Formats: sequence, C-alpha cells, structure tokens
Amino acid sequence: MASNIHRIEVRYLSDPREKTRTGRIRSLGFPVDVLHLIDVYTIATTERDFSKDELLDIGGQLINPVIQEFTVDQATEATFDYAIEIGFLPGVTDNAGRTAQQTIEDYFGFLLSDNEAVFSSRLYLVSGAFSESALHEFIATLANPLINRVHVKSRTEYGDCGMDPVAPFVSLHERPMADIVDLDIDDHDLVRLGKEGIPDPVTKERRGPLALDLSQLHAIRDYFRSHGRKPTDIEIESLAQTWSEHCKHTIFASAMDDDLPDGLYKTCIQAATNAIRKERGSDDNCIAVFTDNSGAIVFDENYLVTHKVETHNSPSALDPFGGALTGIVGVNRDTIGFGLGAKPCINVYGYCTGDPKTSPSLYRSKNRKNPILPPRRIFEGVIHGVGVGGNCSGIPTPQGWCYFHDRYIGKPLVFAGTVGVMPRLFAGKMLHEKCARSGDYIVMVGGRVGKDGIHGATFSSEALDPASPVTAVQIGDPITQKKMSDAIVKEARDEDLYSSITDNGAGGLSCSVAEMARECNGCHVLLDRVPLKYPGMAPWEIWISESQERMTLAVPCEKLDEFLELMSRRDVEATVIGDFTNNGRCVVEFHGEVIMNVTLDFLHNGLPKKHLFTSRVCVTYPNPEISCPDRLDDILIEMLARKNICSKEFISIQYDHTVQGGHVLGPVQGRGRVQADATLTKVVPGSQKGVGLSQALFPEYTEIDPYRMAIAGIDTAIRGLVAMGIGLETIALLDNFCWCSSDDPERLWQLKQAAFGCYDGATAFMTPFISGKDSMFNDFSGYDNENNPVTISVPPTLLISSIGIHRDVTKAVSIDAKCEGDLIYLIGPTGDALGGSEYYSHLGFRGNTVPGLNPDQARKRYDRMTSAIEKELVASAYPINRGGLLIACAKVSIAGDIGMEVFIPDDVRPDYYLFAETPGRFLVTINPDNRSVFEEIFGNDARCIGQVRGRRLRVEGESLLLDLPLSEIADAYREPFRGY
Amino acid sequence: MNAEHDSSDRITGTSINPVHNLIREKAIIMSGYGINSEMETRDALLRAGMDSDIVHINDLIAGRKHLSSYRLLVFPGGFSYGDDTGAGNAYANRIRNNLWKELKDFLARDNLVLGICNGFQVLVNLGIVPAFEKNYARDVALMPNRKGVLECRFVTIKPAADSLWTRDITSLSCPVAHGEGNFSCSDEILKRLREENMVAFTYCREDLSPAAGEYPYNPNGSREDIAGIISQDGKVLGLMPHPERAVEFVNLYNWPKQKELLKRAGKPLPDESMNMQLFRNIVRHFR
Repeated sequence: MASNIHRIEVRYLSDPREKTRTGRIRSLGFPVDVLHLIDVYTIATTERDFSKDELLDIGGQLINPVIQEFTVDQATEATFDYAIEIGFLPGVTDNAGRTAQQTIEDYFGFLLSDNEAVFSSRLYLVSGAFSESALHEFIATLANPLINRVHVKSRTEYGDCGMDPVAPFVSLHERPMADIVDLDIDDHDLVRLGKEGIPDPVTKERRGPLALDLSQLHAIRDYFRSHGRKPTDIEIESLAQTWSEHCKHTIFASAMDDDLPDGLYKTCIQAATNAIRKERGSDDNCIAVFTDNSGAIVFDENYLVTHKVETHNSPSALDPFGGALTGIVGVNRDTIGFGLGAKPCINVYGYCTGDPKTSPSLYRSKNRKNPILPPRRIFEGVIHGVGVGGNCSGIPTPQGWCYFHDRYIGKPLVFAGTVGVMPRLFAGKMLHEKCARSGDYIVMVGGRVGKDGIHGATFSSEALDPASPVTAVQIGDPITQKKMSDAIVKEARDEDLYSSITDNGAGGLSCSVAEMARECNGCHVLLDRVPLKYPGMAPWEIWISESQERMTLAVPCEKLDEFLELMSRRDVEATVIGDFTNNGRCVVEFHGEVIMNVTLDFLHNGLPKKHLFTSRVCVTYPNPEISCPDRLDDILIEMLARKNICSKEFISIQYDHTVQGGHVLGPVQGRGRVQADATLTKVVPGSQKGVGLSQALFPEYTEIDPYRMAIAGIDTAIRGLVAMGIGLETIALLDNFCWCSSDDPERLWQLKQAAFGCYDGATAFMTPFISGKDSMFNDFSGYDNENNPVTISVPPTLLISSIGIHRDVTKAVSIDAKCEGDLIYLIGPTGDALGGSEYYSHLGFRGNTVPGLNPDQARKRYDRMTSAIEKELVASAYPINRGGLLIACAKVSIAGDIGMEVFIPDDVRPDYYLFAETPGRFLVTINPDNRSVFEEIFGNDARCIGQVRGRRLRVEGESLLLDLPLSEIADAYREPFRGY
Repeated sequence: MNAEHDSSDRITGTSINPVHNLIREKAIIMSGYGINSEMETRDALLRAGMDSDIVHINDLIAGRKHLSSYRLLVFPGGFSYGDDTGAGNAYANRIRNNLWKELKDFLARDNLVLGICNGFQVLVNLGIVPAFEKNYARDVALMPNRKGVLECRFVTIKPAADSLWTRDITSLSCPVAHGEGNFSCSDEILKRLREENMVAFTYCREDLSPAAGEYPYNPNGSREDIAGIISQDGKVLGLMPHPERAVEFVNLYNWPKQKELLKRAGKPLPDESMNMQLFRNIVRHFR
C-alpha cells in the first residue's frame, strides 16, 4: 500500500456558513458553541513522493486564497474541545477526492497509479460541553456507519500533531474464480440457500440473499441436471437477479384467483392501455409503452417525450442520501437508455417518511443494536440526495411532494422520476427503436465496477430485516454520469455510433447484457475485461454489481474505433467486454474459462409460474360522531399546519427548477409563494408547447377502499394537468405500486382492487398507462427497546404520475388568485364522504367511506375546463385535493396575496362541506367580465361561491364561519418547516 | 460527420429563428465536466443574433478547436466537477494548466468574455475578473451562500454602473441557482471596484430599491448586494443570476399575474423578457 501519505487541510478564513450550521445543530439540542469545518485531502502515493514545494502548489490549487487557507502535514490550529474526522469507508465513492486527484494529475502532467489516490474527508472542530453520550449522538447526525469512517480526538489527544493520516484503500481477497454450487441438497437447505445466499467455500459465510424460493431453486436444479452438470455460483446469482421480483414482477405477472389467469399487469394495466389505444385509433399518442426503460408519448410532430418513475426504498432506509441520489441518477439512465437515448429534461420526486418530529426507538438487531435512522435524518437525507443528483446533472427538478405517515418509519418510500426528450426521427432513423445485432461489440461505458450494491435487486425484493447487506448501499457520482450522458445523447447517438443501449441498474451487467442479448439472441462476455475500482473481486460480484453511472451499448464493428475515440476525448471510460451473438445462449468467460453458459430461454422464461390467491379484507372503521363547530377559524389554522398540507417550499428552492431554461409554471407559484401540485416546463426551445407533470397518492384511503384509492389517485394526477389547461387527449399515466407483505392474501386482495381501479380510472379518462414499476415488500422487521419483535408495514401506496402536453403555454393558468373583484367558482359536486380525509385524520378518525367519483361527468367537466382555458376565461385554477375546498381557498388566496369572501350553501354541514376531499373538483377565479361566457360553458356544474377581495379570508354559511387575516393563514401554512 | 459541425443543435432543435440576421462574429460556449447550461446560453445568443459553437474543453486542449476563431467566450452555468474543491475552481485549474496562453491571447484582443453562475466562479478562480492591470490574480471570491445550501429562486438585479453590458437595462428578473454565490473581497478591492465602476449588477427589491443584504432579495449574503462584476478593461462580465434561463415572457416567475393585468388593460403580451437585453448588448457591441 501507499508509503507516502500527506494531509492537506483547508479552512475558510471566515466561514460564511458557520452561523447557520452551528445554529442548526443547536436547534437539534446539542450544546455546540462553535463548529469549525475543515476540508481534508489525504494524498497517498507509492511510486513518487511529492516535495514540500509541490505540496504547497497542490494546496494552492485546492483553495481560493481570498477566502481560504491551507496547511500541509500540519494540524489546523483552533480553539475546540473535540476533533471529529469523517471520511469514507474503503471503496465508497469519494467524488471530492477524485476531483482533487484529477486536478493534481493535470497540474503535474502524470497519472497516479492504481494503488495511489487522493481521499477527501471532513474535520469538525467542535467546542461545547458535550457529555459522552451527547457526543456520540452528535456524531451519529454527521456520519453513517455504513459508508463513513469516524475518528475522534479530544483536544489533548489532538495536541500539536492533529489527526492521523488515513488512506482507505480497498483490500480484497475474494476468490478470483467461479465456484461450483451443489443444489442436490435437501429442501430445508435449499430454502436457506435462497434466503441467506451461497456459502463461501472457504469461510462458509453466506453471500447474501438470492431471494429465490424453493420452486425456483428446483427449476434451476432441474435445468442443470438435464444438462448433466452442477451450476456455478455466477449462474445462480445471475438467475437470482433476472428472476427477482424487482426485475420480473412476478406478483403482477402471476395468475390470480379464478378470474385473472393472465395476472394483474396484463389484465388491468396493459389491457387498459391497449383498449385506449385501440379506441383512439389514429389519434393514439403512445409511442412506446412498457417495452423500454421509459414510456414515451408524442410531444409534437418532431419530438417525443419519455417518462419513468422509480423507487429506491430499501437503500434509502440505510443511507438516505446515497439511496436517494442513486435513485435519481438511476432513473436518469432509464431516460438515456430509452430507445437510442433520450435527453433527461425534467426530474420529479416524492417522499413518504415518518413524521420528522418523532424519533422512534427501533432496532434492526436485538439488544438495541443497529438502530433505524430517525425520520428527520431520512427525510433530510433523501431531500439532499435527489437535490444533488438533479442539480449536478443540470436537470431541473420542479415537481414533487412529501407525504408523512407513522407507518413509513421503518421503511421510507423514495420516488424518483425523469422525463426525457428526443427527436422522433433523425437521419432517417426512428430514434425510439433499437436492436443489438449479432457481431456487435458489448461496450460498457461510464463508471467502474466495485462491490457497490451487490444484491440490490434481490435485496429490494425482500423485507428489510436484520441481515440486510451493507453492500447494498451505493453512492452515485452525478458528474461521471453527466459526462457519459452528454457524450451519448448529445454526440454519439446522432453520429449513429451504436445500435442499442440500456442502463446498468438492478442486477448490473447480468441484467443489462442479458436483456440486450434478447434483441439478437445471444451474448458472449469476457468478464475479466471489465474495469474495476479495485482488484480482487470475484467474478459473480463483477457480473451483478450495481456500481452506478454505467450504460451497456451494442457497437457495430465498423463504428468501434470512432466510438471509443469519442468517449476518450470526453474523458468517459468505455471498454469492450464481449460481443453479441445469435446462438441462443448467455456465455460468460473469465480468464479464458467459461463460467456461465445457459440458454437465454431458460434465463428469461425458466421462472416457474405461480398462482396467487387473495382474500377479501372486511374491516370497518367508525365514522366520527362529533358535531360541527360554530366557527372554523382555529380548525383552519390547525389544518393548514398539518404536515401533509403545509408548505415544504424549502425543498422546492433547494432544487434547481430553472436550468435548461424551460420554466413556465414552477413548483412555487404566485406572489405569496404556494406550492403547486402540477408544473409546466418547456422542453423544446422555440415550441409553444410544454410538458405538464403531476402526481397523486392516497395511502390513507387504501385500508378503507383500495379501489377508490386508485380512482382518486388517477383523477387527482390528471386534474392537476387539466387545471393548467392541458387536454385529456394528451395525457398519459404511470403507476408505482409500493405495497407491503405481498405474500398475504389480504394485501393481495387490496392490490387486486387497486389494479381494478387503475383499469377503470384510466379507461374512463382515456389516459393510457405508459410505464410502471412495483416494489412489493415494504416491511420492516426488527425490535423495540425491550427486544420485542416489531413489524411495521407501509400503508399500501399507489403513486399515480401524469404527463401531458400543453398546446400553448402562453395560455397556461397558475393557481394564485389574481385581481380584486374576481369571481370565485367551485366546479363539480361535493359529496359527504370524508373517509381517509385530512379532516377526519385531524379529528383522530379514519372513517369508513372514501369519496367516489362519477368519471363520465368528470370527463365532460375536464373537457369544458380545457376549452375555458383555451378561450382565456380563467384567471386561476386549483385542483381541490387534500384538505378540501377550504384549504384550496386558503392556498389560492395566500398564493395571490389577496383575500377572499366565500359563501357556502345553507343546507350543508359546513365542516364536512369545506373539508371533504371529493375528487373531480376545481376552485377557479375569473375576471367578472367573463362571467356569462364562463357560466355558459359549465352550466350548473359551476357554482359562484364568492369574490376575491381585501386582505382577509372570510367564509359565511348560515352564519359567519371564519374570518381571518391573510397574514395569519399564510403564517400557519409556512410555519411547520421553518428552520429546515 | 464533419468535426466542425456542432451536434448540439439537434437536441435543442433549430426552431429558434433569430430576430435579426446573424452577425459574423461567433461565440464559443465551453462545455464538459459537468457544465450544463450551454444549450440555453446558445439559444439566448442565437435569439439575439449571434451564432455559437459549443466546444468541449478537451477539444480546445487537444487543438481540435481554437479560441482564436471566436470573438465571445462564454463560460456557462453548471456544476463543473460537482463543485468539489470549491465551485469553479477545478475547471479553472484545468484551463490554467492547459490553456492559459491561448486564453491570455484571447483577452489581449478586442474580444468579450461572459461567465454566468458556475462560469462566473470559473472567471473568479482564473482571476480574469477583476484583473486589475491585467494581473490575473484571485482578488475576489464567491463563497458558500450564507444559508449553506443551494438556492433556486427568481431575483431582481439592476445595473450599478454603465458598461457595454448594461446598456438600456433597467433591471433583470431571472433565477439564481447556486450554492456558492456569496460575493466576497477585501475592503480595498471593494473600494476599487466601486471607484472604477466595475460593479455591474446588484441584487435589489422588486421596486428596485437596494436589497441591503436582506434575504431573499440578496439571496446569498453577497457583500454590498453584488451580483456581477466586470473586469477593469470592461471586456469580461461575470454574474451569478441566469438571464439565459428566462428569455421568454412565460419564463418569468409571476408572468401569469402580469398577463392578467396586461390583458385587462388591453395591452399585448410581450414575447420576450427584459433579460434578452443583456445578449442584445453583446451583439450590439460587435455590430
């Protein structure tokens, strides 16, 4: 290992962040007086040592002398009580270290060798009266033991010498060969093999879950028996990846009960899309559905847009920042990997977590070992991860949401999605079509392969339990990916240098290569050619590693030189790792020896079929029996401050939502800055058209009525787009099922009902599903303080995302009330069902009836809305959702920074009328001059309920119900997350 | 494929029709290593009447392209090297270590340089602003925002002194999106910047009164609300806000409200935003 180690410590002369940072940590309850932050670069070399002068030159390159200073091999001097240094564990992606290394290499004009590197770490010098336990808790807020190494010294220990130099090189001693695995063992041992993994032949340690059940292991055993040999470890690992729930979606694909022999996906999701496309005929706006990495619809005659939403739940529970970052840069690759490569142009996000103000004591292991991360840590970590991913990649992130529920404490749900744009035709080629051909080279492009994320695909198919593998954690490197993405979608694609491309995501090469091999019917991989982050990995690890920032391409022989040369000029690593064949087999060689040789047919179709059975859930939840309060002032203030209703603007402004220059209707709207549920972005400069995006979910409804839950999600996601002026005929949907305990027949019954809702909702609005993903085991099992086993399952959650095309963005409508004297309309009928509503929840009830929707009426209403906006009759439009009419009035009013006077009918129960979440409704304001034309369009479906006026929100029914100054409701809306 | 041909127009489409005939002078827009605003910058210039090539820094280093073919050099926004080792610093190092002579030659001729956001951070780390007596020393810095996080929001800025860049501009309304835009320098440098009219833009309130350091009008804590400065010879402009991201009326933050007011007053809707003037000024300089 490195024999010469030097430390360069960089500090600000006066750190502008110090006040905010110290204040923040104090607000978490730590007795911090001052917190200095020092950036440390550790330079470790073997072949050549740097002289003192050279090290001073290096230091000069790593700072701006106007604001920073540095020391070389000398401890930073400061007044403090504890020094805490936090670096990365060996093998964890260290972006800052790598940048420093490139700068140094560039400066001296030579490259460091494989066993030399620059590592970054951060040194916190803290003053304050910390108890030992407080210090440990404090460190836990800075470092994650799964990815970070921590060294602590007291002031005395720090002395004059400071911290010790540490160079975290990876040292691996895996067997560099494939092992034979004996499946001729009894069923009990086979089950264990499936659950815990293949035992290492030397150490006997299990390698981590395969997530293969007994029938699947039998199928594998029988296949190899019939070929007269035993399988290798890489063959079994490869099959486990390809057959994982994550990749094959067995629960959606399997026959269910007696009525769904073809399974939920074909019967409910795909069938809805097929039916819609057939009925639309020549007006079909779908280009590619369910077949590729993303779904695609028509943008205009020249362009198409793609959309895909993924989840990254299990990794985010363990390392929220890394998990979420990997989630967003991963779904970006689903865009780059669509067709011949679409350009990512919009990111979206969604987070389901526990209440960040709570800190439940739960552990993954007995005896209070392996505590779960507190909800705030998860919440802030995932926010940061998606932010860094989007910001560093230059992709705007305008659209997203948060939803809090105490059943997400064990496992958060992290949704990340990306929209892409691509010309439909270029140089005579349809860019959404691709096909690897026999004889094409298999080329891996982008980052190198390490132990990151091994067993990611199988791991996310299993519930999170004490044995969750630590190598499931990955940290993305958005800049490496940005370089790769630019080189591919901005250059190589249009120079026609490859014939197919796909992303390396779950299952790594084992899935991407085998998937592309279907296009030409075979592949031959030389696994020892794959560039590694560090030596000593076993072949099965290289094959299934989920190291990030990689794409696999099929490059024709005659294009190879040009392709490799271009990648080299763009500083993007590209390596030929084999070729595509047509012999029907997936063959993998390692140093001249064939270690995998299975038919593609078995790999992709050998998975034994299942038949699932469901069992109806029969529960009733009592409706509240409380009378309506006389006045609703206090309740409105409390409702506005509810976590699922109040402002989370701090997230919207951390995310660059203006890059690429397409901002039209952003995440925050109006002078009064209210978060909108739908956004509008231009993606093709010079075009009048724009891409509208929205998302909706109603997890609180699922336990009561999963069918209506799905309908409400579809309706709300669509309605957000309609309110901006987007016509139904351009809208498409995406589904993300995040279920729990999906081996439980009752959960499967809920799933089936939700899937029926998806079919009915999509076909009613004629909005096809174009892409979807599921994550079926979002359960946490662990222990409480007293070692009692605890299982917490997420509420079955269905996220519906919508995408639609605005024909003329200059006519788009925002949510904020505009002018004094404008008329306020409620469009659509209000029902009396409040089951699952925020209001019931606020009162401590769930209720038994979820609001329903008449989709035929709704569809007519939405068409009228589109036409009213097209005629420019609407000044503001808000899709009424969580919290109902009153919350809508408050938000529209706050956004416009102008008051409202609202009158509701005498014959309704005011609180129910005002807080019902009946789908299908809009709150609209219009210029009074447009009154008659507007009313003519909507007839009695629109009811004038008041006027925009003054600086107060005032609601009257039979008597005065509410009268509050605008400033007070605005404060209530903004207060809960102040300080985040 | 002709290497001289720029592939970027195929992504953005060539649907933008410049309002004037294009001027003969061309711009070079730098890309690579995480720069990300090259396309919208190109579109804004094209709209103003100037054509440009987006050139990867490695193609300049390899001599496949030459700075001498261009009259305007733009360092656009982005996240070069992920802001590691200080925003703009690593990219500046790459230029200084490989292209320093070519850059100095470029600066010595009658050319312009524009740096936006990450580009401004690069300029500052190269020392080509403020460049007193062309000393190319690092005299100013863009520190981390006072709040310590990236922030994206629309701000209003106004010219603080007359220059070729600010002609006919009353104010600009455009997004900031940065984590390190907190303008900092010594008292002495500040005094010189003021005295020599080198403060190009300052953050202000919507009514154009000074932000006076108040968040969010001054979004990052910049000294004296400084949003952008020019070099002593006036030929280099660096600014943190992104005028190129809001060149159309519908890109502005509160355009729907303005639209309602205009419509009710019987006035037509503008097509472009006031932010285009900055790019028109560049074209006017060359015309």
